[in-house]
Amino acid sequence: MQTILYILPELFLSISIISLLMIGVFVKKSFKLLRFLTMIVLIFTTVLVLNQPNEIIKIFNNSYIIDKLSIVMKSLTLLFCLFVLLSSNVYLEINNIDKTEYLIIVLFSVLGMMLMISSFDLILFYLGLELQSLCLYILASFKRDEEKSTEAGLKYFILSALATGLMLYGCSLIYGFTGSTNFETISNNLNSQNTGAVFGIVFVIVGLAFKISAVPFHMWTPDVYEGSPTSVTSFFALIPKIAALAVFIRFMYVPFINAIDQWQTIVVFLSIASMILGAVAAIGQNNIKRLMAYSSIGHMGYALAGISTGTNEGIQSTIIYLIIYLVMNLGAFSCIFMMRRENVYYENIKDLSGLSKNHPTLALTFLVILFSLAGIPPLAGFFAKFYVFMAVIESKMYYLAIIGLLTTVISAFYYLRIIKIIYFDKPNKPFELNYDWGLKISLILSSLFILIYFIYPSVLIDLISSVQIN
Amino acid sequence: MNFPILSAIIFIPLIGALFILITKGNQKNVEKNSKYVAIFSSSVNFSLSIFLWLIFDETTSDFQFIEKKNWINGLISFQLGIDGISILFILLTTFIAPICIFSGIHSIKFKIKDFLIAILLMETLMLGVFCSLDLVVFYLFFEAGLIPMFLIIGIWGGSKRVYSAFKFFLFTLLGSVLMLVAIISIYWITGTTDVIKLLDLRISEDYQYLLWLAFFSSFAVKIPMWPFHTWLPDAHVEAPTAGSVILAAILLKMGGYGFIRFSLGLFPLASDYFTPFIFTLSIIAIIYTSLIALMQDDIKKLIAYSSVAHMGFVTIGIFSLTKQGLEGSIIQMISHGLISAALFLCVGVLYDRIHSRMISSYGGIVNNMPKYSLFFMVFTLGALGLPGTSGFVGEFLVLVGVFQKNIIVAILASLGVILAAAYMLWLYKRVIFGRIANPEVKEIKDLDKTEIYIFISLTFLILFFGFYPEPLFNTIDISINNLIEKYHLDINFYLNKRNG
Repeated sequence: MQTILYILPELFLSISIISLLMIGVFVKKSFKLLRFLTMIVLIFTTVLVLNQPNEIIKIFNNSYIIDKLSIVMKSLTLLFCLFVLLSSNVYLEINNIDKTEYLIIVLFSVLGMMLMISSFDLILFYLGLELQSLCLYILASFKRDEEKSTEAGLKYFILSALATGLMLYGCSLIYGFTGSTNFETISNNLNSQNTGAVFGIVFVIVGLAFKISAVPFHMWTPDVYEGSPTSVTSFFALIPKIAALAVFIRFMYVPFINAIDQWQTIVVFLSIASMILGAVAAIGQNNIKRLMAYSSIGHMGYALAGISTGTNEGIQSTIIYLIIYLVMNLGAFSCIFMMRRENVYYENIKDLSGLSKNHPTLALTFLVILFSLAGIPPLAGFFAKFYVFMAVIESKMYYLAIIGLLTTVISAFYYLRIIKIIYFDKPNKPFELNYDWGLKISLILSSLFILIYFIYPSVLIDLISSVQIN
Repeated sequence: MNFPILSAIIFIPLIGALFILITKGNQKNVEKNSKYVAIFSSSVNFSLSIFLWLIFDETTSDFQFIEKKNWINGLISFQLGIDGISILFILLTTFIAPICIFSGIHSIKFKIKDFLIAILLMETLMLGVFCSLDLVVFYLFFEAGLIPMFLIIGIWGGSKRVYSAFKFFLFTLLGSVLMLVAIISIYWITGTTDVIKLLDLRISEDYQYLLWLAFFSSFAVKIPMWPFHTWLPDAHVEAPTAGSVILAAILLKMGGYGFIRFSLGLFPLASDYFTPFIFTLSIIAIIYTSLIALMQDDIKKLIAYSSVAHMGFVTIGIFSLTKQGLEGSIIQMISHGLISAALFLCVGVLYDRIHSRMISSYGGIVNNMPKYSLFFMVFTLGALGLPGTSGFVGEFLVLVGVFQKNIIVAILASLGVILAAAYMLWLYKRVIFGRIANPEVKEIKDLDKTEIYIFISLTFLILFFGFYPEPLFNTIDISINNLIEKYHLDINFYLNKRNG
């Protein structure tokens, strides 16, 4: 009975999904009702997650863990899923993808992520991963009568299947060389001399790197971001990253911690490569969704820099980075949702030209978000980088900090380019701003957070300081 | 003293900017009100800083008006405080800001509301730089200034404004990210970023050189030193008049201030070691950029290059590490702040009327603009360092200071004085005298009231400090003495340690 209490959030979510599915099947034109119910379910599940006990609990034969990390990451997933749905309301309606399945699939993928985050066993982890991946494939190709969207779905499916295959191979190697699928047992049986297991680690890292789109496993990202409907792109840019990073942290710090000498170099490489490619490749992009894809690759590079330190401060800085990244991207995508004229959504950054003249407030908001993404103080994006580099320099990885900060200069260029188009170029036709409340709330909340974060920057540190592993 | 006067001075312009931001209604009223708010808040700030100067205790070298608040838990506290060096820069900032606002109101034709917000924001950030006594807070203010300045250049600038704005932003950012690495490293080496504590701590010799270089990369771009100066002519030329004034008068001084406060204060040994390096760069800056200035046919570009040359004097003075040199470089910075601001305003006056910055478009101005010619004369003489103007005091002291340290450097630097006379007087001759070549010049109008008031106030200060620089010396004297004393103590400490 106690066990059931511990997995109450997941249980509640799955029962709700099934009931929502039933409503969707039997009630006609139920999208609006279902959307409302989905929000309620998400909020309620968040409350349940936050109410979980404040200690480390392992259930189901030590294969499922509830600790601070999982609580934080799960509530982030649920909360930002809520905001993403809120901000994409109008987009779904105008593009005729306001189908009930959309919500159900989103909820299923969230359930998969929650399982991933809490998993403490390779098999359970794999189940969660597959559940969320399958949902994501469907979401990517959700606008199924459009060539680009189906292409995105297919690409994502094939590449992701390959990566999952590699990861599964890695898992089996690890199982073979350590004799267990349980994280704790693996951790006890694993050491750097165990070459077979190290091979396994490499394969697992490949799979995880694919999920957070770290270079060189990022190839799918720009295409999928560009091809999917924007509502799905914003979902991709935010939600799966949370679960993937949580799992990344969990893998590196629990089962693989004894092989830190082996994986540290790999993670540092992933981090540096992502930072550089994210900065350089985005310069030439004109499609704003493609640009956001490269930008998110770069940002994941910084998040990985925090993980690569192998310290608790590193994890905390990564989580703070993640939270600020989520807020900034939520804001950026809310702005992208505003780019609409006569029921057509525009995606080229040239369409933003002269936004400052037509819509000064929106332009100012976008300006703040872009400068924050570039990491210019005193906006929240600066603090995100600051914490990460604090952790990195504490571990004496000076080269990583220097490369990372130099790439921020390069990446500042393409954010500045958008600002230039918004503020310095000749005005284009005005957009039809949509003042849908959901979109407005997510835009206002995110830009306010970014803008006034510097007044009380301790807030996230206090929140995260209890997340510790080891 | 419980009233947080430094916070008040820093944040009054910000509050003004917020007021302007939220004013709504019909275009005309909004513009009128925002002008009043901007003028009001910046003048209040100026009077407040004068008051600060009056109650400032000139008999101690300790930091005064210290405010400390917990900011990032357990890591960094938000600390403000000033000494004799910073207060002069605060005064300069609060004096220049209203001038920029008046000049902007006078000549900016569109988006005046946003312009005023940017200027006020800029004022807040610049004051923050000079008041902050924590490295991270300093960095925050130092970097944040890029945002409004980027917009000022990019929105209200000239034809090549986009290129210049990008160059300015990326150059400065590149310089300062290395400083961020250094600041974080200092935190992990010493456990604090509190400047007051750091000044007493002696950072180990092993780290000093690299940390010094990281700080140098930031300040050298900002001040700017040759060969990191290439952003400056572009930014100056394309920025609107008020933007150029802020850039020349205050932004460049952040670099000099940083050298004095951080490079000398935190890394004495490295400063000593790199002095020849600084001297070399500064001498090249003085002679090379003066020669370039001679060749310019764009007035703004000429003044921009002359700024680089004048900043060369400042860096020489700072690293001469003599009392005269340091005091001279501070006076030189203040006086350059006034004179270059005045010169850029002069160019702005011409540009507003004829829309050209080329020297060849002018000539014979004196016929129609006698008042303007008179003021321009004073500023030109100030820029070339004629005795009786504040420009002379600074340059002379710097040369006296460096003469004690290195005669060759002093001789080469004095070449810069001659070259300055050459390019400034030649500029004056070509613009003001001669035959009227351009038919538009025949109908040019002389200064109007606002412009005259602005120029009178600047002329007054330039001449006043030229004849009677005593108040400035009184303010900085003790702080400079203390700085030099501490510097020599630190050097001896390190040398003793090295010799066992």
